[in-house]
Amino acid sequence: MIGLIHYLVVSAILFTLGAAGIFLNRRNLIVILMAIELILLSVNINLVAFSAYLGDLVGQVFAMFVLTVAAGEAAIGLAILVIYYRGRGTIATDDVNRMKG
Amino acid sequence: MIQAIAFYLFAAIVILAGAMTISSRNPVHSVMWLILAFFNAAGLMVLVGAEFIAMLLVIVYVGAVAVLFLFVVMMMDIDFAQLRTEVARYAAIGLGLGALLAVEVMIAAFAWNSGKVHLGRRVAPIDPAMPNIQALGHLLYSRYLFLFEAAGFILLVAMIGAIVLTHRERTGTRPQNVSRQVARRPEDATRNVKPPVGQGVEL
Repeated sequence: MIGLIHYLVVSAILFTLGAAGIFLNRRNLIVILMAIELILLSVNINLVAFSAYLGDLVGQVFAMFVLTVAAGEAAIGLAILVIYYRGRGTIATDDVNRMKG
Repeated sequence: MIQAIAFYLFAAIVILAGAMTISSRNPVHSVMWLILAFFNAAGLMVLVGAEFIAMLLVIVYVGAVAVLFLFVVMMMDIDFAQLRTEVARYAAIGLGLGALLAVEVMIAAFAWNSGKVHLGRRVAPIDPAMPNIQALGHLLYSRYLFLFEAAGFILLVAMIGAIVLTHRERTGTRPQNVSRQVARRPEDATRNVKPPVGQGVEL
């Protein structure tokens, strides 16, 4: 049986890849959203691994809710991306300054 | 033995696919690598006996979210090469922070392993005799019913939000006006005439 620690390491590497992806593709909003999906995937792997190794099913229920939130976040994020592109003709994050934030 | 081989295969591919997702030049390739990462993560979850979550991952992520990404990427006419001009500027700090984070998380993971953790009380102990999906269904529709409904509401709000955000009223088009068509009567539209012989009809 593969140890829990193996799953945790895989999940940690995946999380890190997602976090590094946000830095690497700082101007491309689509790839930033994909990096966020990677981060949420690593969280799900973590929850499921703990659920299996501690013998408690609640972790898998929680992973399902993370999945729900990830799907909603992707839909809203891409919708915002589409209307932003429609107005500006670009998706470079540097140009997102209309609200002076 | 075969389980170890499968684990290392899935783990290696999921990490490779994740790395390619963030480093691909073409966002369409990024989406493809993301799909591969999701499939292999589903394989990892099957290995520990969480079949339902694994299948959910394939259906929701690969079937819906990745296709949504693909649609949006292909709908836009963007010079993606131009968006990558500053990658080198942020590569050092990004990779440095990433490596730091990975080392920290792994130290934490091994530290967790150094001491035994025992759950004093399990909320829903896994019953080996019951299939995963059945146990999950029992839990979801009894103890977590309201949470489940709340998740449904979140999806509903996300759906309505996406429609409201992206919908636009198009002017200048001439769509079919069904009610006007139905309300039109024959006597308004046609005229019966009996023209005398030799004379035409005056319109």
